[in-house]
Amino acid sequence: MAVKLPIYMDYNATTPVDPRVLEDMLPYFTEKFGNAASRSHSFGWTADEAVNAARERIAHLIGAESGNEIVITSGATESNNLALKGVAEFYKDKGNHIITTTIEHKAVLDTCKRLEKQGCQVTYVAVGKDGVVDPEDIRKAMTDKTILVSVMLANNEIGTVQPIAEIGKITREKGVLLHTDAVQGLGKVPFDVTSTNADLVSMSAHKMYGPKGVGALWVRRSKPRVRLVAQMDGGGHERGMRSGTLNVPSIVGFGKAAELAVLERPAEAARTRAQRERLRTIIQDGLDQVFVNGSLEHRLPGNLNLSFAFVEGEAIIMAIKDVAVSSGSACTSASLEPSYVLKAMGVGDELAHSSIRFGIGRFTTDEEVEYVGKLVVEKIKGLREMSPLYEMYKEGIDLKSVSWSAH
Amino acid sequence: MAYSDKVIDHYENPRNVGALDKGDEQVGTGLVGAPACGDVMRLQIKVNDDGVIQDAKFKTFGCGSAIASSSLATEWLKGRTLDQALEIRNRDIASELNLPPVKIHCSVLAEDAIKSAIEDFRRKQAAKRAISQPEAKPAEPPQASKPADPAAEQARVSEG
Ligand SMILES: Cc1ncc(COP(=O)(O)O)c(C=O)c1O
Repeated sequence: MAVKLPIYMDYNATTPVDPRVLEDMLPYFTEKFGNAASRSHSFGWTADEAVNAARERIAHLIGAESGNEIVITSGATESNNLALKGVAEFYKDKGNHIITTTIEHKAVLDTCKRLEKQGCQVTYVAVGKDGVVDPEDIRKAMTDKTILVSVMLANNEIGTVQPIAEIGKITREKGVLLHTDAVQGLGKVPFDVTSTNADLVSMSAHKMYGPKGVGALWVRRSKPRVRLVAQMDGGGHERGMRSGTLNVPSIVGFGKAAELAVLERPAEAARTRAQRERLRTIIQDGLDQVFVNGSLEHRLPGNLNLSFAFVEGEAIIMAIKDVAVSSGSACTSASLEPSYVLKAMGVGDELAHSSIRFGIGRFTTDEEVEYVGKLVVEKIKGLREMSPLYEMYKEGIDLKSVSWSAH
Repeated sequence: MAYSDKVIDHYENPRNVGALDKGDEQVGTGLVGAPACGDVMRLQIKVNDDGVIQDAKFKTFGCGSAIASSSLATEWLKGRTLDQALEIRNRDIASELNLPPVKIHCSVLAEDAIKSAIEDFRRKQAAKRAISQPEAKPAEPPQASKPADPAAEQARVSEG
């Protein structure tokens, strides 16, 4: 079967809406358009019922007891903001110290930066070379002022899965709240709020075959009862935690996506892991000096982040232009800084500039994997023919011994 | 990055990729940039007895516009005298390729590479003349030269 171009291999950035999700959503744009907050007529009741059914499905995805603990948001950026700012504000008399890691999504890191300006202390715990945080480092960072630990379930760039359950043992023992940005891990790796002792969980529909612009924050209601100060004032929706008329069709889609994630995770994880390994094997068999960024063991099944020494990421993206991937290279970012995640793991700038993230997902075919693997091998060989660094490497020159004109 | 057709053309069909014999007295080599910054250019020229650039080759580690800038530079160099070659400005490269503002530093690097290759050639010629007298300089280890033009260095810092 011939593959259809372009090929999408950037499932960590976003995912297409599953057709089954879309089908469930459609009636809520037209005949079932009611406002879920309308109490006085059936249009409102219908919408409200649909939203509540979706809440249950979303709660079920993370093993939570009740849909009432779900606060619907516009996505995980908002969920992370609400979790961190809401907790910091509510518990400010108890303490002002937050612990997080250096590889969190910007929605957590930049929120922490703002909280620091407002008087919070934040400890950014480093990760190991494998891109995984050591729970003992979290323990060591604790002070009697610590109120919250925020660690992501899985990283969006390098796909490393963090030991949330072990961190949860520590936070529970210390009486500190645990927030996890679970966006990348849901539907990919096992996760539930009971065995991990998570207290707040951020989710986003568009990373799990639901629509963009909708997400949720799960907030534990008992043992302990977690309190937040709302960051959005208004009509008192979502039990006062997040005002704003609910985006009913998207919430319905999110619910369906959550249901599918539960049903399909085992088979999908096995399939995408096999495809990921196939892709890695084709590439590493075909090329020398290709390095995997981040632990292969503690990793999302569909994520592969590789550094192709001696070639630059943006040039690779141009060379495989019919394949949608992303790079940690500075040249592909507005900031002209290479990926802070790779930096935080101790990957040198050279290899950060040479990194490519492949994201495999629900609709990736085996043919696509074969095609991309072969294409990458061929194109990297071509780019290396053009690379003075590869030539020097082949001549046995140690590139570190050269005095480069840093600029 | 949305590139001009010219960048894409040079990227997809780079002119004059390759190497000239570094040991050849008629060859000048410029190696500029740094791997940690994401771009390194090696530009080589072969100069005939009339002081005209007869051949030019490049190899570049870098993004699409770095590759295109060096490819274009080699095209422009052929047939020029050294003094004419030194007239090539990064602005000319940037405007010919229609580089987006964040990529101007790639054209600056190409200008540096040209200057550095010419400098290397002139150094070799001076050494050759010196050989006829006794003290010849020993060969230097590979070194990426500093940009020839302080203004260019300035531009590069501000562009990223
Ligand atoms: C780990 C992680 N957290 C948060 C977000 C932000 O989610 P959203 O796009 O729903 O705001 C993303 C996606 O970009 C992510 O990968």
